[in-house]
Amino acid sequence: MTFLLQFFILLPILGFAISLIIPDKKEDLLSWGAFTTVGLHLLAATVFVVYWLLQGHETLNLKDIVIYQTTDYSFFIDFYFDKITMVYLMVGAILTFLVTIYSRYYMHREGGYKRFFNTILFFYIGYNIAIFSGNLETLFIGWEILGISSFLLIAFYRDRYLPVKNAVKVFSIYRIGDVGLILAMWMSHHLWHENITFLKLTNYELVSEHLQGHTVIGVFISLMILLSAAAKSAQLPFSSWLPRAMEGPTPSSAIFYGSLSVHLGVFLLLRTYPFWEHQLSVRIVIIVLGLLTSLITTFIARVQSSVKSQIAYASISQIGLIFIEVAAGFEKLALFHFAGNAFLRTYQLLVSPSVVSYLIREQFYNFVPRVKTIEDSLPKKIEYTFYMLALKEWNLDSLMYRYLWNPLKWVGRRLDFLTLERVIYFGIPAYLVGLFIVYNQDLVSPEIERYLPYLFSLIALFMVLKAFTERRQARMSWLLVVMNHFWIALAISFNEHFSFSDVHLYLSGVAVAGVLGFECLRWLKKQEGNIDLDQFHGHSYKHSKVAFVFLIACLGVSGFPITPTFVGEDLIFTHIHEDQPWLALIVSLSFIIDGLSIIRVYARVFLGPHVKSIYEMAYRSS
Amino acid sequence: MNHNNSTFDEHEVLHELKHFLPAQSPLKDFIHHNTLHAFQNLKFHDALRRASEILGYKVTLSLDEFRSLYQEKRIREDVLNRVIAKWQGAEKVEEWKEKVLFKKFESPALPRIGSLRSNWKRHYQIDLDSMVHPLLFRILCSFMDQGISIWNFPVANTGFLNSLMEMEKSSFTSFFKTKRARTLLLQNPDIASLLKIVVGDESVYKQYLFDQQFAHQGWAGIVSTVEDVPQTLLDRKQITIKELVIFELLLEIDALDLQFGPNWSPLGSSMTNKPVDLFDAVPVTELQEAISIWQETFEWSYYDEVLAGLQKKTEFKPIANKTFQSIFCIDDRECSLRRYLEKIDPSCETYGTPGFFTVEFYFQPEDGKFYTKLCPWPVTPKYLIKEVGSTSKREKDLHLSKQSHGLFRGWLISQTLGFWAALRLFINIFRPAMGPATASSFKHMDKFSKLTIENHDPNDRENDLQVGFNIEEMANRAEALLKSIGLIKDFAPVVYLIGHGSSSVNNPHYAAYDCGACSGRAGSVNSRVMCHFINHPEVRKILAQRGVPIPAETQFVGGLHDTTRDEVVFFDESSLSSVNAGHHKRNEAIIEQALDLNAKERSRRFVSVNTHNDPVSIHEAIRIRSVSLFEPRPELNHATNALCIVGRRSLTKRLFLDRRSFMNSYDYAIDPEGKLLLGIVRPLGPVCGGINLEYFFSRVDNQKLGAGTKLPHNVMGLFGVANGIDGDLRPGLPSQMIEVHDPIRLMIIIEHRPDVVLKVIQLQPETYEWFINEWVHLVVIHPETHELFHFHDGMFTPYQTLQKEIEHISDITPVLETHEDNLPVYEIA
Repeated sequence: MTFLLQFFILLPILGFAISLIIPDKKEDLLSWGAFTTVGLHLLAATVFVVYWLLQGHETLNLKDIVIYQTTDYSFFIDFYFDKITMVYLMVGAILTFLVTIYSRYYMHREGGYKRFFNTILFFYIGYNIAIFSGNLETLFIGWEILGISSFLLIAFYRDRYLPVKNAVKVFSIYRIGDVGLILAMWMSHHLWHENITFLKLTNYELVSEHLQGHTVIGVFISLMILLSAAAKSAQLPFSSWLPRAMEGPTPSSAIFYGSLSVHLGVFLLLRTYPFWEHQLSVRIVIIVLGLLTSLITTFIARVQSSVKSQIAYASISQIGLIFIEVAAGFEKLALFHFAGNAFLRTYQLLVSPSVVSYLIREQFYNFVPRVKTIEDSLPKKIEYTFYMLALKEWNLDSLMYRYLWNPLKWVGRRLDFLTLERVIYFGIPAYLVGLFIVYNQDLVSPEIERYLPYLFSLIALFMVLKAFTERRQARMSWLLVVMNHFWIALAISFNEHFSFSDVHLYLSGVAVAGVLGFECLRWLKKQEGNIDLDQFHGHSYKHSKVAFVFLIACLGVSGFPITPTFVGEDLIFTHIHEDQPWLALIVSLSFIIDGLSIIRVYARVFLGPHVKSIYEMAYRSS
Repeated sequence: MNHNNSTFDEHEVLHELKHFLPAQSPLKDFIHHNTLHAFQNLKFHDALRRASEILGYKVTLSLDEFRSLYQEKRIREDVLNRVIAKWQGAEKVEEWKEKVLFKKFESPALPRIGSLRSNWKRHYQIDLDSMVHPLLFRILCSFMDQGISIWNFPVANTGFLNSLMEMEKSSFTSFFKTKRARTLLLQNPDIASLLKIVVGDESVYKQYLFDQQFAHQGWAGIVSTVEDVPQTLLDRKQITIKELVIFELLLEIDALDLQFGPNWSPLGSSMTNKPVDLFDAVPVTELQEAISIWQETFEWSYYDEVLAGLQKKTEFKPIANKTFQSIFCIDDRECSLRRYLEKIDPSCETYGTPGFFTVEFYFQPEDGKFYTKLCPWPVTPKYLIKEVGSTSKREKDLHLSKQSHGLFRGWLISQTLGFWAALRLFINIFRPAMGPATASSFKHMDKFSKLTIENHDPNDRENDLQVGFNIEEMANRAEALLKSIGLIKDFAPVVYLIGHGSSSVNNPHYAAYDCGACSGRAGSVNSRVMCHFINHPEVRKILAQRGVPIPAETQFVGGLHDTTRDEVVFFDESSLSSVNAGHHKRNEAIIEQALDLNAKERSRRFVSVNTHNDPVSIHEAIRIRSVSLFEPRPELNHATNALCIVGRRSLTKRLFLDRRSFMNSYDYAIDPEGKLLLGIVRPLGPVCGGINLEYFFSRVDNQKLGAGTKLPHNVMGLFGVANGIDGDLRPGLPSQMIEVHDPIRLMIIIEHRPDVVLKVIQLQPETYEWFINEWVHLVVIHPETHELFHFHDGMFTPYQTLQKEIEHISDITPVLETHEDNLPVYEIA
């Protein structure tokens, strides 16, 4: 029955592909397509699970497709099925099925009906790839799909300012999580010298043998996994993204941010548990993080005066507890808790508009002028302090800005001397020189050569920093993003026995997508004039097709699993040695900012209120 | 501080600001009103032009939308010719026709609002709003919260700024990020001194405040409303627009200090050129003239056929043995139900009157901690009616309670109730049913309870309200009701008074679905109270003396029509005589049949229901729809409303008006001088006109004047909705309520002589304003000759319809089954 696993991925992919070609106006077809896909999936899952349980519920592993193979590197898709997958599969299928039916009526006549169901199915692909994944690489594919579908769902109302702003915000947090995963993969390549499957991780002897003498590496990998899980599950210090993700139609908020998406951090921890099970320090860190999150977000939830943010924070605090349960080794309890919390929050979000009539009625009949709460027994000064901190969400939202994005922007602004001409006139010759050296490595002394990767990767970082902070030309920002990849490729080329194929694989997707994106921007500029990045232009309002093509280009350039660049990205990292943490840091930092710059260009040019239709747009604050 | 030479008058500016801000009450008191009430002192088209350019609203359909309506023949060419001739002169018809149909106009200039404050971004590269708004909204919402948060705002009952000061004084943290703003707050600053820091240039202070508050008109509006009507929040909060402005200015100073340090120059000093003053004259452009022409043409394309239909005279034979009479609300949703009743039982009669049935009071349900006003919003009643002996229980729902949000209870609940939630969701999706979360009109009052209607002792008072009414007070109201609708003789054995309400679930705007004449509540108590009045033997004696002799065997029965579910319940049926009980049983069956047909007619606009099915099964589908969590359109309310007809039923009985008309019964013959007419006409502007204009503006600018789509709405503090968690409040109607509405003004048609009507509408300036400024159209139809007179520029002029005949249809059902859109006026009898 192992071979059946892949069909759980193929089915939603098929449904998604079909949904893409159904015309916009065919509401019935669109919703029936989604309904059939998810319904069949649920049915198949139920039958499969029952059969599997009756057969003695053995763990299944399917090494599916080898996508890229060299002598010492193999990138393969691997599927896996055990009771964790089973619980996530059943909860996910049930909730998605119910929400699909719900949305069929709920979304009626809404502009973007098609977009909504496309994105739901796209999300469902990502979810299934993630939960069925048998190695980190496969998981990462699902992870990336989830990230981009989340962005699209939060920015569903793309003609308003706040959804777009918050979508970019959430995307930036997800990007941090992605890099956690990339770094974890990087280090585990060096630890295992292969793409380790989760199945092998359950082999206690194998794991402890490898970790012996590599304690630091082990802890590093675990912490990177934790970083990724914490970002995805909105644990501290990332918590403030979750309530801000509640911008789409209520059912999408309910299913993604109330239940499925937000519990994937837990999934990651459960899945990698055998790896860090014997690292006591890591388990303590997870427990402390979970506890802190639970306590702090409980207080934040208590002061929320809007219903969705209250549910969001209450959910985060429960997920904090689930983190503790996982780290304490109560796997079954954690799974049970996950399922209950997911169902509860989905339902609560779906009925959230009902609170007005319900609570007003309660208030009408049971009003007590001031309800004493537990906090009233605190000394006034403490009480006020706690209340104000909770109301300000412990400054979590501004923290990210102050300590992460603002310093980056500060650096970026120091690079204002880079203009389009200078980038071209300096960049291209310099790159050619670099390239020349690659081919003639004996010309430079090994001493210098050792530093060249750092130099070139730093240039790459500067490029992308400038792209990130560019306030004017969209095309310039785009060009810099593309060039960033080339510089990185150059930097890595020095690091090891130079392999053409690796670099070609990496750059092939970037180059094609880069040209495509550049052409979109050039065309749009010709049509519309100003597309400077200092404001949102909302051009998807009039040019939705170009917006779609550009989005594809963005995905291509950012190493999304639709081009070979995706495999290349992983490959590039394997060429960074384990004793080069700085190089890893620089490259991963530039990957984060690269993704952000791309999404920023897309958002600023195509999303937000349409600048040329002011009288038809909502106020910015709404 | 010395403001002697000041041109900035804080009090005056705030007063004016409040006048322009949205005047929407909290959700539970949703009252329809003219969204552009601040411009009502101007003529309609001038007002629209000004509102658009000053505040950036889209105030009509766009030129393209009008042109495509013309292509679809929904805007008539002959009407266009006539409108152009009237507005631009007969000689310019061809020239203007060319313009409105084909000319490419330049897009309008940017609105004035916000232009001053946009200089922050232009000259300082700072996005002040995005730094200030989230925290400001959050603090406002928490302060005014009515019961979402578990841990309430710790300081209450002292006013907004005082509470903040108290908290800032004793806390280890601060709402501000820098020192100066906090210090200023503790010094209790005034607006002018803060504006001096932020703006500097006194000549633009006023404009700055308008810019600032209109950057979040939703929040500013609710603060202004709560300031004026504090009782609109059950848990009262003391907050004023002045406090909001001061706090926002402090947050702006804080944000600027954080960005630039303590030394930055005020906005006024960096401005290179002053923006146009907000309230300077707005020049007329050709585009706006074209739009006005289109708007009038669109309206008259419909009015003209309505008037053609009304003009035709038909004599109805008087009904010999009336089976029953039924008095409904004026509401446009009762229009079709009345038609079906009369069709099924040609011996019955129906009437329309505002659904509070001329009796005004506060209502206190059993165990209720508050009073509910049950009469039109501007009226302040002096009476209290209490419910006693209620047997119904209020169901609880743990999923909606806040207990699941705690850490430990949440842990327990999520692992127990969490799974129950999945099942509940499953059931809710496949078998929707009434639950605790449903807002149902039948929950308003327990059918089997008793009401304290009669007052025997004038000292029986509570909170300065008299409990119940005495005989004289009852008789006055009963007389007013019956005379105003012209029902003073020929009573049937059973007369129904049927109020209305609605049921919906997952609908924060539920109050907008109920009876507007009962301040957004169901009309059940009013109908019951008025029936008690009229059935009272002492009252009958007085009524007989005043010319309304009601036979002893005639009995009045109260009822409630749920317009979403199309169900009617009756009250106090046990008091019917055995003969009348027999009549009632028969009538109930007729009413049930009419409700089925009504449901079928309504279903033509619902995609989820097949209109070809038989009425009974459609009715069941409609009932399920009303309790479905996933149904954002339980009913369509007042959408498509366009008419208000004041006159005898004979005027409209043979017409199919497609549920687009408010109908107020009135018999000119018993009121030749128009003495009763004033009472009828006075509320038509604010109530029906208000409903109409709210739909109008929410339709044409659903983003700024309406609430946008309701699908992403998030409930804030139980009093408003916003998108997401840190957005502005969204007043107005959500798109799901208005999408099928045609934005045309209300046409009021009164059956009387023009000179009488002119006299009546001129009696009160606030009533006259509605007509003279043309926020509603007014046509008078002469009762004897059926000549039409249109009111324009202060006088009535004869109106000739362009359309002479309307189509006659013997059975409307096939048309209903095949059309979703608005239907023309048909003659059906």
